[in-house]
Amino acid sequence: MSIISIKNLNKTYSSGFEALKDVNLEIRAGEIFALLGPNGAGKTTLISIICGIVTPSSGEVLAGGHNILSEYRAARSKIGLVPQELTTDAFESVWSTVNFSRGLFGKPKDHTYVEKVLRQLSLWDKKDTKLRALSGGMKRRVMIAKALSHEPEILFLDEPSAGVDVELRRDMWDMVRELRESGVTIILTTHYIEEAEEMADRVGVINGGEIVIVEDKTELMQKLGKKELRLQLQNAMTEIPDDLSEYNLKLDADGTELVYSFDTKQEHTGIAELLRKLYKKDIDFKDLNSSKSSLEEIFVELVKEQ
Amino acid sequence: MNFNSISAIYRFEVARAWRTIGQTIAAPVVSTCLYFIVFGSAIGSRMGSIEGVSYAAFIIPGLVMMSLLTQSISNASFGIFFPRFSGTIFEVLSAPISYFEILLGYVGAAASKSLVVGLLILITARLFVDYNIQHPFWMITFLILTAVTFSLFGFILGIVANGFDQLQVVPLMVITPLAFLGGTFYSIDMLPPFWQTVTLFNPVVYLVSGFRWSFYGIADVSILTSISMISLFLIGCVLTVWRIFATGYRLKD
Repeated sequence: MSIISIKNLNKTYSSGFEALKDVNLEIRAGEIFALLGPNGAGKTTLISIICGIVTPSSGEVLAGGHNILSEYRAARSKIGLVPQELTTDAFESVWSTVNFSRGLFGKPKDHTYVEKVLRQLSLWDKKDTKLRALSGGMKRRVMIAKALSHEPEILFLDEPSAGVDVELRRDMWDMVRELRESGVTIILTTHYIEEAEEMADRVGVINGGEIVIVEDKTELMQKLGKKELRLQLQNAMTEIPDDLSEYNLKLDADGTELVYSFDTKQEHTGIAELLRKLYKKDIDFKDLNSSKSSLEEIFVELVKEQ
Repeated sequence: MNFNSISAIYRFEVARAWRTIGQTIAAPVVSTCLYFIVFGSAIGSRMGSIEGVSYAAFIIPGLVMMSLLTQSISNASFGIFFPRFSGTIFEVLSAPISYFEILLGYVGAAASKSLVVGLLILITARLFVDYNIQHPFWMITFLILTAVTFSLFGFILGIVANGFDQLQVVPLMVITPLAFLGGTFYSIDMLPPFWQTVTLFNPVVYLVSGFRWSFYGIADVSILTSISMISLFLIGCVLTVWRIFATGYRLKD
């Protein structure tokens, strides 16, 4: 079941810049969806439209079954947003700013719930601290607490790991998984493809305002992922012998490495046959290793193709 | 109506004023009291009465109105400009709240703060000057109408402004001179006929005149004209704010 449904969405800014072009996207309830794209691809515009910060030029967006324009109250009350920028009221305390967010979203006071959120995010000890006194990582946690303060069903995390150290990033990933387990749908945009690879159930790639692909992460990596076999040669080669031309081979590291690329979806990789041929041709190697292309490499390929 | 949301914005703004009580409340009260001491008690004691009202008492409505105008504009403009400047406006725009409710929160808080300042000035003035209020209902009506209207004006300014300096320009460079030249310290009958006509183009004249009438029953222009002028300005501000919200000007692209 879709919790967010986007149909034929377009956005052209007053400057004439076409940020989104006929975007269609369905996000399933309870999943972690990673939206990937280079800078200026339209990720933040898409999120901003769903959250009500930017007005769409045309198209329809439903959040939790509610139209974001005609039923904006119902739609927005289901959404929490952690923006990319750490925009906080420097002179407010953690406690007051999180309670403010809850009130702003129309929820009655609930100190028990706010305390639970702050404890979950290891912010309880800092509840009386002014935001200006917090580190970047702690401010990021406060932004998450604010977004969670009204108990949203959908949580947008726009570049959640920007400027966050490794430890906090890992903590955040754990927290995101916990939220998903509690039933919250999570949509994250990220430059850290590793983050999407680590957490996402499905991945969408946006480039130039268009959705390039939406796929289950595992399937995507299976479909578009390539494996590479690297052979470290005993003796450097200047060129690949003609009778090996049927293989997708290339020389690397000044001719000391022979690289064989093959599709993971192929039934027969051809490795055994290649190795036999190398043996017959007295091409010795001292080491070999194989690697699978990461989501990042797939992403780069997809964006390059555009 | 989303009362929790309106209340959240209102309480947030009032809490901000409370945190900066010296700047938002004490400073305007103290500076206006200086006018009472200098123009009212010191110089005023050597001046004759105007239409049967002592000079010190005569200037009180104008001074209250001057503070009310500048404070309403400052409070409301800063209230909406700061979230725009800091980027926290995203939270208000993404909340399940209508523009009207946003306006109620911000303008309501700004008007409340300036009303408190106005009332504190009135109370403090009593320490220096003896005055009476002939029409308390109209006095309160004028206070509220002016606070709301100029808070709306301040809200518009906060949307339009590009920097903090621009927020200061209107209260200091426009409103204060208009208040000084709008009959705060004198009756416009004291001016030569030509300047009397020129003064009638100053909107503050109608506010000060109407407000003074509610105290002493004397006015430079009729009470009906005063009410009409402030209502006209209020409608102008409401229409401008409505247009801003309808187009998302400076708020949404």
